[in-house]
Amino acid sequence: MHLIEVLDLKKYYSTGFINRQYTKAIDGASFCIERGETLGLLGESGCGKTTLGRLLLRLIEPTSGKISFDGTDITRLSRKGMRSLRPRMQMIFQDPESSLDPRMRIRESIAEPFKLGLRGKMSRSEMDENIMGLIETVGLNPEHLNRYPYQLSGGQNQRVALARILAINPEFIVADEPTASLDVSVQAQILHLMMDLKREFGLTMLFISHDMEVVRHMSDRIAFMEKGRVVLEG
Amino acid sequence: MALLDIINLKTYFPSADGLVKAVDAVDLRIENGERLGLIGETGCGKTVLGMSIIRLLSSSTRIQGQIIYKGRDLLGLTEDEMRLLRGGEIAMILQNPTTSLNPVLKVGDQIAEVIRLHGGLDKKAAKAKAVEMLAATMIPNPLMRADQYPHELSGGMKERVMIAMGLAGQPSFVIADEPTRGLDARTKAEIVKLIRDMTAGRSMLMITHDLKAAGEACDRIAVMYAGELLEIASAELILSDPCHPYTQGFVHSLPSRGLQPIPGSSPSLIDPPSGCRFHPRCPRSMDICQREHPPMIRLHKGDFVRCFLCT
Ligand SMILES: Nc1ncnc2c1ncn2[C@@H]1O[C@H](COP(=O)(O)OP(=O)(O)OP(=O)(O)O)[C@@H](O)[C@H]1O
Ligand SMILES: Nc1ncnc2c1ncn2[C@@H]1O[C@H](COP(=O)(O)OP(=O)(O)OP(=O)(O)O)[C@@H](O)[C@H]1O
Ligand SMILES: [Mg+2]
Ligand SMILES: [Mg+2]
Repeated sequence: MHLIEVLDLKKYYSTGFINRQYTKAIDGASFCIERGETLGLLGESGCGKTTLGRLLLRLIEPTSGKISFDGTDITRLSRKGMRSLRPRMQMIFQDPESSLDPRMRIRESIAEPFKLGLRGKMSRSEMDENIMGLIETVGLNPEHLNRYPYQLSGGQNQRVALARILAINPEFIVADEPTASLDVSVQAQILHLMMDLKREFGLTMLFISHDMEVVRHMSDRIAFMEKGRVVLEG
Repeated sequence: MALLDIINLKTYFPSADGLVKAVDAVDLRIENGERLGLIGETGCGKTVLGMSIIRLLSSSTRIQGQIIYKGRDLLGLTEDEMRLLRGGEIAMILQNPTTSLNPVLKVGDQIAEVIRLHGGLDKKAAKAKAVEMLAATMIPNPLMRADQYPHELSGGMKERVMIAMGLAGQPSFVIADEPTRGLDARTKAEIVKLIRDMTAGRSMLMITHDLKAAGEACDRIAVMYAGELLEIASAELILSDPCHPYTQGFVHSLPSRGLQPIPGSSPSLIDPPSGCRFHPRCPRSMDICQREHPPMIRLHKGDFVRCFLCT
């Protein structure tokens, strides 16, 4: 069964007031992602990978085309309809600082999904237990919990972003260079963790990376992007 | 005389849970014309070390020690004296483009500003030079890109704007923090070449998780762990035959060498482990490693290592 189905998707940007120029960031992309599948996405800088990821979660509006998630065309969903789908689809951003609220302490950021009741009713102590479990999973230290994002390193913030997404427990993740700001050892840990999630919970992923070896390790199928188009391997 | 001589540098942050010892008694020397790589796991203190040199840390930070640059202790300079050095004499390519670029200024203007301040060019010439710098970083259609705001660029393009800005003032000493993050293989190779060319005869401290790029761009590599330096040697030796068990483990977590993470997680920087800071995770730990803090030992030819096994 397809979880994601994309049909003739386009996203054009225009820039400049006087000399208006158009960037065809996505220019007629069509592909599917099966439930439980990891689709790797490779392509040169600026070819449209991040734009595609944002469109799939409808963080930005397409110029034209269709995107279905679990059989629903999300390009036609109302704001309210979209809001109820949100917890099922999440993005790990290329730069961790844009996934985190700079005014929120790390503990609050990770606790937020629990407080919103995304994981059912939870007592204070259950919540604390869950938070401690998550920070251990992503390799953070309890001494990081009371800090703000600016008080952590780039790679530590990326791990906070990941812990927050694990707390939400979505069915579909767009991972945009999730390990680009991590060292090779933590990268290996996080990649193993993501493969476990896939095996245990059937997580579906669009995995964007510039590292061919990493993509090969992680993906069931690989797609290449060139000038806004998606070409599947094989 | 060395270009930069860092002596017993300590950079500590007060926090609710105690003092975070992000840089803890670091000694490091960079020669004239030398390019030094700095590697180590996330959160070990690389960026804070770079920021300490250029003094871009908040006022609550406690810094101690000496940072002798061309014979002057940077920690003794006034803020005005420091501002004159920054961007011109010493430049830093910051790790995070999204928070470092000004969101309401066109990227071409931001680069031109650095050129105008430190290169003495007029506005128009500076702008032309900015476009030239963008072209050198392999951004297609640099004329159009110069006229865009940061949010209109892709992640890799923003990274390259940071590089163009860092190199624009033709600094004698560049601190590049993760300059190749988020770039595809082809662009990365070009950027490493550009950095090599532009820093030829100058000096650089390159902070990176990209061991391959460090190997290509740097003469020597220093390895950092939990606020301390553990090993310094030629780039070739560090990547092919390191002595310290930490460096060995680190190199083996590369996808091409088995994707084997180092077991355990990074230690607390508030209350670091006793003895050798790596001993709880070290596969070859001995009794002495728990009790005694190994000193940095000088091996042949200016190589250093902090491990009882390697001496
Ligand atoms: N808000 C925007 N306004 C104008 N142009 C944009 C905007 N967002 C993206 N673009 C353009 O769309 C194209 C694709 O950008 P995108 O960020 O998707 O690239 P990418 O493949 O993720 O690149 P990278 O690997 O460098 O992150 C680029 O030319 C970019 O400049
Ligand atoms: N303002 C601050 N207050 C308290 N602790 C801080 C502050 N800034 C940084 N730290 C801590 O200091 C340590 C070193 O941070 P630094 O940013 O130098 O790491 P890094 O080696 O550059 O890591 P990365 O590879 O992830 O960028 C981290 O553990 C971080 O949590
Ligand atoms: Mg991108
Ligand atoms: Mg850093």
